Amino acid sequence: MQALTNRLKVVSRKPMTFWERMYLPAILKGMIITFSHIFKKRPTINYPEKTRPFSPVFRGLQILNRDEEGREKCTACGLCAVACPAEAITMEAAERKVGEEHLYKEEKYAAKYEINMLRCIFCGFCEEACPKDAIYLSETFAPSNFQRKGFIYGKEDLLIPDPKKDPEAYKKALGSRAKHPEGHGNEH
Amino acid sequence: MNITQILFWFLSVLAIVGAAGVVGSKNPVYSVLWLIVVFFAISGHYILMNAQFLAIVNIIVYAGAIMVLFLFVIMLMNLNADAEPAKNMNLKMAGTIAGMCLMLVFVAALSRSDEMNRVSQMNGGDIGLIGYLGKVLFNDYVIPFEISSVLFLSAMVGAVVIGKKE
Amino acid sequence: MFLTIDWTIILEKFVLIVVVVMGSLIIAMYATWGERKVAAILQDRRGPNRAGPAGIFQPLADGLKLFFKEEIIPNFSSKFLFILGPCLAMLTAIMIGAVVPWGNKLHLFNRDMSLQIADINIGILFVFGVVSMGVYGIMIGGWASNNKFSLFGALRAASQIISYELPMGLALIALLMVTGTLSLKAMVGGQMDHIWNIFKQPLGFLIFLVCAFAECNRTPFDLAEAENELVGGYHTEYSSMKLGFYLFAEYINMFLSSAVMVSLFFGGYDIPFFNDAALIDKLGLNWVTIIQGGVLFIKIVCFLIFFMWVRWTIPRFRYDQLMNLGWKILIPLAIFNMLLTGALVLLKQNHWHF
Repeated sequence: MQALTNRLKVVSRKPMTFWERMYLPAILKGMIITFSHIFKKRPTINYPEKTRPFSPVFRGLQILNRDEEGREKCTACGLCAVACPAEAITMEAAERKVGEEHLYKEEKYAAKYEINMLRCIFCGFCEEACPKDAIYLSETFAPSNFQRKGFIYGKEDLLIPDPKKDPEAYKKALGSRAKHPEGHGNEH
Repeated sequence: MNITQILFWFLSVLAIVGAAGVVGSKNPVYSVLWLIVVFFAISGHYILMNAQFLAIVNIIVYAGAIMVLFLFVIMLMNLNADAEPAKNMNLKMAGTIAGMCLMLVFVAALSRSDEMNRVSQMNGGDIGLIGYLGKVLFNDYVIPFEISSVLFLSAMVGAVVIGKKE
Repeated sequence: MFLTIDWTIILEKFVLIVVVVMGSLIIAMYATWGERKVAAILQDRRGPNRAGPAGIFQPLADGLKLFFKEEIIPNFSSKFLFILGPCLAMLTAIMIGAVVPWGNKLHLFNRDMSLQIADINIGILFVFGVVSMGVYGIMIGGWASNNKFSLFGALRAASQIISYELPMGLALIALLMVTGTLSLKAMVGGQMDHIWNIFKQPLGFLIFLVCAFAECNRTPFDLAEAENELVGGYHTEYSSMKLGFYLFAEYINMFLSSAVMVSLFFGGYDIPFFNDAALIDKLGLNWVTIIQGGVLFIKIVCFLIFFMWVRWTIPRFRYDQLMNLGWKILIPLAIFNMLLTGALVLLKQNHWHF
């Protein structure tokens, strides 16, 4: 039979020589191999203390953005919900009243905004669809919860911390986006 | 009563209780375990007589090797209490009478002999120590020792022959 | 007087027993941690590093976890034997420590205190007796579980231990011919004056080492707990601390067999490259004894690491390979070693004349 690849290895079935049957040289060889591993570099990263750098296109849980004055950017236009292939996003719009200018940037805002994180496939289409730069995918990942309903994130879970009241938490939530102000590279 | 005597009585009672346990246990595995207790008690007696070598050899050979083989066989045969057929009353009576007769013979034989008047030396003497034992074994009793070793060898060869399939 | 007992010696021995038992327990505890660390290092991992610095409290956490697990006793098992099994395993493991000389002697409160619990003149045979008792812990546990896999594991373990006891004993006979004593303390003393026994009995040591691996049920001889064939081996049905006892007994066995091997072949508490007697004159008895204890400990730790190193290098034997190695290779080799040693000893007694 002709070999299809050149990776064929014929297994040798010839009886072992006396040297091989002594076991000990082979065992010694194996032990030297394991011993050499003592000096190898450990590839493990001590996870919670150290983290790997995220890729600039990393897509984690969504976050709802605010502007510099802490006003919500979302106008509840619904483009993200339309773009969502998993239909994970629902929202209800409401009109900004007088005196709420410090809360919402535009006249219309999302009174209710929910993302079902169990449905979400983290494709990032919502981020691409958003005309107001109100939603983007953060670097938070692998959420845990005791119940399924805990995975339906409401506005209180999604909104980024107020940059005025809690600038540190805001910075943290921004993640490496702060380092890449040009964006994640996939918006046009 | 000093500590040697206390130990002697304790070990004797242990040995007899163990022996009764061997006979009385329904489950053969328990019988074997009781037998091990008996061996330990006897080894204790050896130690009281300063025969440490005999004591430890008794444990290694009997309790450690032979009883393990017993356990092997019993465990693999899976002798349950209900698998054992009920023996009829006459058989039990016959066994009891036979056992009594054997005991009578022992008592009769030992009561007349001088052995009964000799008291073994407690906690002294070096008869049971390994150096002395070796000298006696390889000087005075070389021929019986070698003959018994040949006997063992032939037994081993016999076992191999029986064990080999044609 | 009803009982005339020297209470000071009882107190002395009691303290020594407590120290030795506690010491072996603690060392066995940290052997589990060491095993995981060594395994990690040999496999380019990090090993336990969460509980305390470098995971130093990991064994405590493991023990605590085992204690809080539910204790399950199978319905159809014989309860007494089921509990007796791990107890026996633990007991026989600890008992070996009684004859190992942990050091020379301390001079405290105007009396010499020997650092050996019992200097019986059949020391090494006592070790053998206890080791052969160790089979029962496994066998009883495996049988009492009333489970086929446990029984098979127990049978495997028992036949393995019995098979490897023979070459072990034969290898030792050659050593006994050289040293001329059965007492471990006398053996160590002999090695302090002359060279270590490893140089006199290299083949005997090799056989003894292989058998010690088998007796401790360590890889490559850990067939008794082959997960892929036997579910878990003889401790399949065990849970909670009873399982812990079985696992723990293995590490105690490992520690004490290392101690025995060091005493037999590597000079025990002998300080290498130093004349101990001269050191005693210089530093005083107590300090030298402490240093000797430290040296013994270092030697034992080296052996423990060796045990672990081998474990994470060599895969498990197949059962027929195990039996072939034991009966067809090691026993003839040990007998050959015995004959050779006997011939040499005779020749030496005859001043090298035939």
